Amino acid sequence: MGSVGKIILQRLALGLLTLLVVSIVIFTAVNMLPGDFAEAILGQGATPEAVAAIRRDLGLDQNPVMRYFDWLGGVLRGDLGTSFAQLNFQANMGATSLQTVASQIAPRFSNTMFLAGVTAAIAVPVSLALGILAALYRNSAFDKGANIFTLSSISSPEFFLAYVLILFLAVLNPILPSLSNIYEGMGFAERLERTLLPALTLTLVVTAHMMRMTRAAIIQLLASPYIEMARLKGISPMRVIVRHALPNALAPIVNVIALNLAYLITGVVVVEVVFVYPGIGQLFVDAVKIRDIPMVQACCLIFATAYILLNLTADILSIVSNPRLRHPK
Amino acid sequence: MTDKSHRDRLLRVCDLHLEGRSDEEWIPIVKGVSFDLHKGEVLGLIGESGAGKSTVGLAAMGFTRDGVRIAGGSVEFDGVDLVNASADVKRNLLGKRIAYVAQSAAASFNPAHKIIDQHTEAPVQHGVEGRADSEADAMELYARLRLPNPEEIGFRYPHQVSGGQLQRAMTAMAMSCRPDLIIFDEPTTALDVTTQIEVLAAIRKIVEDFDTAAIYITHDLAVVAQMADRIKVLLKGEEVEEADTRTMLSSPQQDYTKSLWAVRSFERPAKPAPAVDAVPVISVNGITAAYGTVEVLHDVSFDIHAGRTVAVVGESGSGKSTAARCITGLLPPVSGQIELEGVPLPADYRQRSRDQLRQVQMIYQMADTALNPRKTIGEIIGRPVQFYGRMKGKGKRARVEELLDAIEMPPAQYIDRLPSELSGGQKQRVGIARALAADPKFIICDEVTSALDQLVAEGILRLLARLQDELGLSYMFITHDLATVRAIADEVVVMKDGRVVEQGGKRDMFQPPHHPYTDLLLSSVPEMDPDWLTDLLAERGVDNIGDAAVDKM
Repeated sequence: MGSVGKIILQRLALGLLTLLVVSIVIFTAVNMLPGDFAEAILGQGATPEAVAAIRRDLGLDQNPVMRYFDWLGGVLRGDLGTSFAQLNFQANMGATSLQTVASQIAPRFSNTMFLAGVTAAIAVPVSLALGILAALYRNSAFDKGANIFTLSSISSPEFFLAYVLILFLAVLNPILPSLSNIYEGMGFAERLERTLLPALTLTLVVTAHMMRMTRAAIIQLLASPYIEMARLKGISPMRVIVRHALPNALAPIVNVIALNLAYLITGVVVVEVVFVYPGIGQLFVDAVKIRDIPMVQACCLIFATAYILLNLTADILSIVSNPRLRHPK
Repeated sequence: MTDKSHRDRLLRVCDLHLEGRSDEEWIPIVKGVSFDLHKGEVLGLIGESGAGKSTVGLAAMGFTRDGVRIAGGSVEFDGVDLVNASADVKRNLLGKRIAYVAQSAAASFNPAHKIIDQHTEAPVQHGVEGRADSEADAMELYARLRLPNPEEIGFRYPHQVSGGQLQRAMTAMAMSCRPDLIIFDEPTTALDVTTQIEVLAAIRKIVEDFDTAAIYITHDLAVVAQMADRIKVLLKGEEVEEADTRTMLSSPQQDYTKSLWAVRSFERPAKPAPAVDAVPVISVNGITAAYGTVEVLHDVSFDIHAGRTVAVVGESGSGKSTAARCITGLLPPVSGQIELEGVPLPADYRQRSRDQLRQVQMIYQMADTALNPRKTIGEIIGRPVQFYGRMKGKGKRARVEELLDAIEMPPAQYIDRLPSELSGGQKQRVGIARALAADPKFIICDEVTSALDQLVAEGILRLLARLQDELGLSYMFITHDLATVRAIADEVVVMKDGRVVEQGGKRDMFQPPHHPYTDLLLSSVPEMDPDWLTDLLAERGVDNIGDAAVDKM
């Protein structure tokens, strides 16, 4: 197991490096976008004086390299900074308590994690089950049906799926609320109920990948001699797949699951908008729109961290699922 | 081996026809095979690859692989019609009353589960006995099959156990429900001779102990002679003949069977010893080599003289191929030197001149993977002609045609074909032509005949011998097959654990006294005598064969 520990450390170190590169890329990219916070916030009525004043307040008149290192220094001290919107509000309206980026993101991030968690709890077991059954009854009507259904759902735009679900589950049969405006202090049951429609929408989006990978990974193994051996031992087809094929197919499946979970954390803004779900995606899009660099940076770091950690987890699980690596000679 | 034909019939295969799908067509692969098997009887099925023996063996279990179907005939096991039985009925028989032992135990054990868990699966699933009882039984079987640490070995994963041990564990697994019939599908083909003999002894003992009937599939006549009561010979999906083992060995009726028996008669006349002061073509001087920090060759030295063949023999892992890699410069040794006609070669092939590279060529074991599947034969052979001979256009074409003539493949017919359009033996011939294209002095032949059927292998050996005489080539012939050594070698180098344990002329090597390891290797090669294994076991004792004997050295 020593090697696993070494791999984790190596990957974490590489992950930190990746985060640094991501922050540089994002900072440069946002700076290269036409316009800045001052122009965005003032809109059409922007006078050069007003723009200059806001820039001065926010420190936007300083050298970008300097600003980046200021920000980086803050991050290293654990301070993600304060969003431009907050600073600007304070400058105009006088001192009220300032919300930091961290305190703004925290509740949104926990909402996003909640939605991702609910979706994963539905989508992962469903995709694995569908994949296993499709492999078991390959080329049957069930297999084709499952493939057609999941592929058409992945091919449809997310908002379309969302509206179809709203139509059937909220309008025609009012089972679930169509708005998912959850807030702090809400009970778990109610929160779950309101989260269910967006979670179902996202399930439709991510199931196809995971199900098809499960099916393909299992079918690829069905020609191997140990599967033939299991069959020749008179083992039932279901047991052959679940006990003999699946454990050896885990590595690719886990990798696809990790990618899809990362997508659930980072890419669900459309679904958030449709259901008015207060997740991190909307916050991020809004921040980009007004070039609110500290907020954009923080969101991007969170997204990058999610990808890195999930992929690391997937790699570790692949290693752990391989007895050759778990039990060396 | 007593006559068991008067006993109750267990299996009757009658006029069995099997078809395989190729593109969209079903083509016949087995064209009418019939046999009866009685309780406790062992039938040997032999034939070359493509003869359909494995397919027949599986069909005897009512099983066909994907893309194969039973087109006609019947398979009746103890009153059950396996061709028409439902999947449930068959499943209930498989593993419980009919078991299977596959060619490669390493591939046929599931890597994700412990050996004993796979052993107990069939008994538990079929409701034969509980898990604990089955585990206890497994340990007893392991002990009977002379596996080391029978109490503990089952709790390892397959990759933690050696090939020969795994093959015995698989035999134990087949025995787990005490079946009436076991199909052994080339169970020792992938093993070294010293390991093979141990597995053979174990299989034979357990089949006798439990009075199990068996179908023993192999291409090795000497092996089947030890195992079977009766032998059936197949050729391209058709029956050739069937007789009890002794009759079949002493008086085969059909020409094909006779030709199989005659294969082992090829032997080159001995050459005179090289002059004492002759400079060897290749001289290996005190080579020590390592993969990473693991030393795999220790102070290996031998010479190869002009026009002569040195066979390097030993089990897998003994360092034969590593020595070849050092000579070709693919693996620069840690210490020691390779000399070509007295001139030291740079250790790394990248530092060798084109002319030095040209002199050392290689022919590989798996002709299938050694030829680029997307290049025509002409291109494959033309590449070294162009690279080493700096020939182009008509000159190159003429040289390629000359080489194809040399390997007895008419250029007009073969020059534009792809490797996939050739048989195994033809591919190996192309491999030879490619090595010859460089016009080398020295060729390394790495197990070049071990993937081929005996008749085809014989043709390759004769070709190599003829080319050696015509072109004055020197060969380093890596092999684990002592019959091949006897056929083609002038000198023999025996390797074990990365060291040379004995070397000398062929005549000396095949006559006692030898190094004990050479002796073990030689005595482990099955002979055509059906009493060979029995006699050997009586002479040496079960503790003095296979791994156990190697470990004692």
